[in-house]
Amino acid sequence: MTNSIHTHTLSVLVENSPGVLARVASLFSRRGYNIDSLAVGPTEDDNISRMTIVISVEGHALEQVIQQLDKLINVISITQLDPITSVQRELLLVKVATTPITRSQVLETVQLFRAKVVDVAQDAVTIEATGNAEKIQALLRVLEPYGIKELVQSGLVAMSRGLKPGSISTENQ
Amino acid sequence: MSSENGKQMTGATSLVKSLERAGVDVMFGIPGGAILPAYDPIFDSPIRHILVRHEQGAGHAATGYAQATGRVGVCIATSGPGATNLVTPLADAQMDSVPLVAITGQVASGAIGTDAFQEADIRGITMPVTKHNYLVTDPADIPRAIAEAFHIAATGRPGAVLVDIAKDALQKQTIFNWPESVSLAGYRPIVEPETSAVRDAAALIASAQSPVLYVGGGVIKSNSYKELMQLAELTGAPVVTTLMARGAFPDHHQQHLGMPGMHGTVAAVTALQKSDLLITLGARFDDRVTGKLSSFAPDAKIIHADIDPAEIGKNRIVDVALIGDLKYTISALIPALKAEFKKHQPDLSAWWSQLNSWRTRYPLGYDHPTDGTLSPQYVIERIGKISGPESIFVAGVGQHQMWASQFISYENPRTWLNSGGLGTMGYAVPAAMGAKVGAPDKVVWAIDGDGCFQMTNQELVTCAINKIPIKVAIINNESLGMVRQWQTLFYNERYSNTDLHSKRIPDFAKLAEAMGCVGLACESREDVDRVIAQAMEINDQPVVVDFRVHRDAMVWPMVAAGTSNDDIVVARSMAPIWDSQEL
Repeated sequence: MTNSIHTHTLSVLVENSPGVLARVASLFSRRGYNIDSLAVGPTEDDNISRMTIVISVEGHALEQVIQQLDKLINVISITQLDPITSVQRELLLVKVATTPITRSQVLETVQLFRAKVVDVAQDAVTIEATGNAEKIQALLRVLEPYGIKELVQSGLVAMSRGLKPGSISTENQ
Repeated sequence: MSSENGKQMTGATSLVKSLERAGVDVMFGIPGGAILPAYDPIFDSPIRHILVRHEQGAGHAATGYAQATGRVGVCIATSGPGATNLVTPLADAQMDSVPLVAITGQVASGAIGTDAFQEADIRGITMPVTKHNYLVTDPADIPRAIAEAFHIAATGRPGAVLVDIAKDALQKQTIFNWPESVSLAGYRPIVEPETSAVRDAAALIASAQSPVLYVGGGVIKSNSYKELMQLAELTGAPVVTTLMARGAFPDHHQQHLGMPGMHGTVAAVTALQKSDLLITLGARFDDRVTGKLSSFAPDAKIIHADIDPAEIGKNRIVDVALIGDLKYTISALIPALKAEFKKHQPDLSAWWSQLNSWRTRYPLGYDHPTDGTLSPQYVIERIGKISGPESIFVAGVGQHQMWASQFISYENPRTWLNSGGLGTMGYAVPAAMGAKVGAPDKVVWAIDGDGCFQMTNQELVTCAINKIPIKVAIINNESLGMVRQWQTLFYNERYSNTDLHSKRIPDFAKLAEAMGCVGLACESREDVDRVIAQAMEINDQPVVVDFRVHRDAMVWPMVAAGTSNDDIVVARSMAPIWDSQEL
């Protein structure tokens, strides 16, 4: 058992019914759990949605979070995703200030990070990037000196990798 | 009955048919605009509807009914204020794991979200205080919602479920279709514990030198008191019963040390503190039991048996978790333990000589006031003795509640009803009403305080009109007594807003008479037995006795909030000096 605070990713399948998000949010608020990010979206089954929840909790508190979540009738299953055996992605849109001199440097950075430019203005470019949290943070660190005018980031979405024996990850990083 | 399936009817009729199919025999409620369509078919239904005077009364009555019978209690109210008045009883039932279903009317679906007249988002409001809740806007969904609500309320760890139904869903035509079974992807309570965990638990018990059976309300909910008795006698271990478990194990039994916790017996509290193994059965390490958590039972290993996996490790890390229905868990534990005991059965005689010494040195007790006024503990003790262990006792919240737990002997389950978790003042009168409806052949006493009584006493009108002859003992110390006790101990006797003047106003006996009850009063020790006997003889209408008692009596022993159980204070005089007590 450890007392240090760790970030955990939970993949939660819930019934696609009204009020489910409110139930989950209310539970976290009421029990004093800290949500780092929350992403909700449809799955291959229309009746089921997937929530990807990133939380920071210490030690055995994670077990409590999972058990309390599992008590919600609309929660069907909860999987804790390990960063190594899962694919985890965030989406970033960032508007970076540019001058005629810095624009090419910014574009080079975009290439290096395999991000893309989605809008260009006289004094700024807007960049779209996806990746895990480390990659997004690294990109932002590089862009910061040019001046970040506006930024929006999605919550993390994640999925376990195909771990059947013999299956090969197509991820190359 | 199944012939009803496939018939066309209104959503309202479908609701009432669904309640009938769910086995409801009585419900407590008040009609109003949004729920009105449902009240028309209720008029023709075999379900008994008891018209209460306040929705809070309906909720607590349904809770009292459920606690006395083990069945699901049902209450019904209209939208807006009708529904919000149910919030307290819902929270109360949920905290004490009482199976309760509340039906509320909602404004028509097209008006939801427009701040319509008597609109309140009761589903949103009650999310944190229910096990689950529903908003139904399509009449075709009504039978399934009701079937699921009863299933969820009654199974697993029981709790409160609310079904909010839009008025137009009640009015529209629908085809009735009662589901024969309920299957919920996200709700599958675990019934049987893991075999390996049972073996581990048995091994721990067989090696414990000073074990304690820490028994909570789950034993009563799961009807596993016979199994508990077998387990207790097999192990020979001492038993403590929490406030929610009084009656789960007979008080007269030699192995019973009484109630643990803030106002528990010294023997029960100290046994937990000094134990090397807590065999926890359907209890939840509530702060009122553990005191300061970090100093609770410091040397004890923990076996925790509970049907709710989220209780495991919530407050205290456990060594063995037994997740499942206690009836199955204890039944599985007994043979596993017999096998262990064949190899080795620990000798608990040293432990018992220790326990017996605490028990004899520090029994529960009280003194009669020196000024000749009436002792509240004496009144409660005499009611328990005269009415006997077959009666049901329902308490409000405060000093009288603690005394009723301490000084009445509970020999049977479901004979002690109270608001343990939420601590809802005003619980007693309506809950006693519900208990009496559920168990009409039993004598039902509400042991109430003068503060509590003034919160919900209007339900005595309901009792009088509907021939529900409960008995109410008001332990009238003209104060919010428990708060006053804390002011005495922790606020330098500065009695800010705890003086209720209730020996002057109201005249409780007259108030009782005005509400169609028999009103009696008693203020001397000599009259206590006679007045109780008089109350016992009245069985055709409710009776209220105003016991005018000494106001400075305090509840002892006491573990002050936030302190360690090791600092339990025993007091034997009327108004003891806090610092000079022994132990």
